[in-house]
Amino acid sequence: MRDERAPGPWRTALTVLRKDLLLELRGFETLPAMVLFALTTFVIFHFGFARDTIDGQLAAGVLTVTLLFAAMLGINRLFVAEREQGGFDAFLLAPVDRTALLVAKALALGVFLVVLEVIAVPAFGLLLLGPSLGSRLPGLIAMLALGDVALAVIGTLVSAIAVQTRARDLIGPIIGLPLLIPALIGMARGLGPVLAAGGSGSPPGKWVAILALYDVVFALLAYAVFDFLLED
Amino acid sequence: MDQPPGIELSGLVRRFGERIVLRDVSLRLPVGSTLAVLGRNGAGKSTLLRILATLLRPHAGEVRVLGEALPRRGFAVRGRIGLLGHDPLLYRDLSGRENLTYHARLHGVGTERVEELLDLVRMTDRADEPVRLLSRGMVQRLAVCRAVLHRPRLLLLDEPLANLDPAATGLVAPLIGRESGTTRVLTSHDPRAALAEADLVLGLEDGRVAFVTDPGNVGATAIERLYA
Amino acid sequence: MSIYGRGLRGLALTTVATITVAFTLVFFYAPLDADQGFVQKIFYVHVPLAITALCGFVFGGVLGAMYLRTGERKWDIRSYVAIHMALIFGVGTLITGAIWAKASWGHWWIWSDPTLTSFLIVMLLFATYQPLRFSIEDPERQARYASVFAVVAGAFVPLNFIAVRAAQAYVHPRVLTLAGGNLPGSMRLTFLVSLIGIALLYSTLWKYEMAAKSTRMRVRALRRTLLGDDAVAPLKRSAAPL
Repeated sequence: MRDERAPGPWRTALTVLRKDLLLELRGFETLPAMVLFALTTFVIFHFGFARDTIDGQLAAGVLTVTLLFAAMLGINRLFVAEREQGGFDAFLLAPVDRTALLVAKALALGVFLVVLEVIAVPAFGLLLLGPSLGSRLPGLIAMLALGDVALAVIGTLVSAIAVQTRARDLIGPIIGLPLLIPALIGMARGLGPVLAAGGSGSPPGKWVAILALYDVVFALLAYAVFDFLLED
Repeated sequence: MDQPPGIELSGLVRRFGERIVLRDVSLRLPVGSTLAVLGRNGAGKSTLLRILATLLRPHAGEVRVLGEALPRRGFAVRGRIGLLGHDPLLYRDLSGRENLTYHARLHGVGTERVEELLDLVRMTDRADEPVRLLSRGMVQRLAVCRAVLHRPRLLLLDEPLANLDPAATGLVAPLIGRESGTTRVLTSHDPRAALAEADLVLGLEDGRVAFVTDPGNVGATAIERLYA
Repeated sequence: MSIYGRGLRGLALTTVATITVAFTLVFFYAPLDADQGFVQKIFYVHVPLAITALCGFVFGGVLGAMYLRTGERKWDIRSYVAIHMALIFGVGTLITGAIWAKASWGHWWIWSDPTLTSFLIVMLLFATYQPLRFSIEDPERQARYASVFAVVAGAFVPLNFIAVRAAQAYVHPRVLTLAGGNLPGSMRLTFLVSLIGIALLYSTLWKYEMAAKSTRMRVRALRRTLLGDDAVAPLKRSAAPL
């Protein structure tokens, strides 16, 4: 029997999410870093290629990889406040469902990714992409949404593991990147036709399905194991 | 019906790898009483408090807090325990009010209680400043508020009066002192101060129980040996 | 003798016998491949190594799940040994694969094949297992986090193969389809014996290392009981659970 007054899992997740978004608004470090990183990377790519614009599979690859590495910055910082300012204890002492922390952090990371994309994708369209974005937006948004789920779930899981280790900035990416490669493949392959010059603008069904399957499996897996990372 | 004891430990063991941090700790603390835990750094005091707070699992033996067995019933009793440790558990970039509101929401407590406590410790006018700008004494006052926000029936206090001046100490006394009437477990670097408040004293030496007795029975030599 | 030691000699002898038979078959019984010639025979080592390594990773995940469920340390040690054995077999796979690739395709590595890419990704992931363990000092937490990793990474193995396979065309010789393979009879027999031999090798090495570790654990416990806690030096920080 639990305390009647204690909040349910969704309420708890929203409380934690609210706190995290508030903290980011106050500190304002992670999101600007992610955005700046993405924009700088686009510029670097621009100079790396011998062409003025790119399209098709190449463009999809560049966009996906840039978003992935920008996401890594966010992932590294996800649990830092908890670790350094006693936030884990504060949460563990509360009479709440502990998996709510996973949900809250994944949602927070998702929000960061969406904000990142709102700025970075138009920038990409301006700086690098040949074909115009307008008509391709629905397909683009669909693939990015699915990719964001994978990044958010796996990122949270990996970050929770890494934050308790000594080499925490290093462990996160080296575990996370291999785990994310299939999602990366799905996103990049799905976006290829969307960003192609003469393309239809819609992602192939096969890739949507694979990415969606990946999201579901990892979400369930993360949900199952997360509690073990918090208990002592 | 007889009330179950506030705390009941029987043969508690906690390891760290192959090293034994707490060995065979047994005691019984009636509800409403205060237990003072004495011992050097590294004797196991903080570990004991964390086990009672449901943050660490016992590796062997029995632990009953407010009648509930740990770790099995940890989730049931968590909401009735308050912990005040070395870490204030406050986010430095948020204000005192925001921090307390966060904790209140996590415990299902209304915001009126936050205001009530802020008023009691005379922090209302500085409650909107980020915690990192406050003095340590003020942070400690906020930490006390956080610990008692949900009206816990068991208080676990690790050096609760650190950084508090006499005036502030007086302010928090009704919340965490003997007069609060709650079951309490207290550690302190000042053995005499802890003894003055205690109904039962536990002396820990390298994780082992050196003595469990009334404060009156604890001689000066016993304390000296403990801290030698 | 601990439970791992029991039957170890029998198992080891069976392994040696099977591998000897396999070698004989490979060199004297299996036909010479028309296209690739003698070099093709590396297949009889390479593919069993690959299969055993991948199964070993999944096995390590299952053992990790058992640790999470029961909290008994022995499961974590079993999981650790399974994964690091599988890593060694995996390195063997990559080396034999590279030799075979160079000899038959002219390159040490190609990207256009899903099987190679999948395998490489899995190896990159599991290569982080020991650094992860090493960077967690609290032994109980190390075991718990390593088990979580083992479960997630073990589940990742099949997922990864599905995803990468969908992405790429086939260059890698597809001799083992779900239907049972298009190997001619003599090759199939040789392959099966090799597979069994290598799987037995994995099991023997696993059992052997478990026997060594469990004995060491019991010696330490005995010393502690007989001579007191101080007689046994604490373990240095390490990636291995023992």
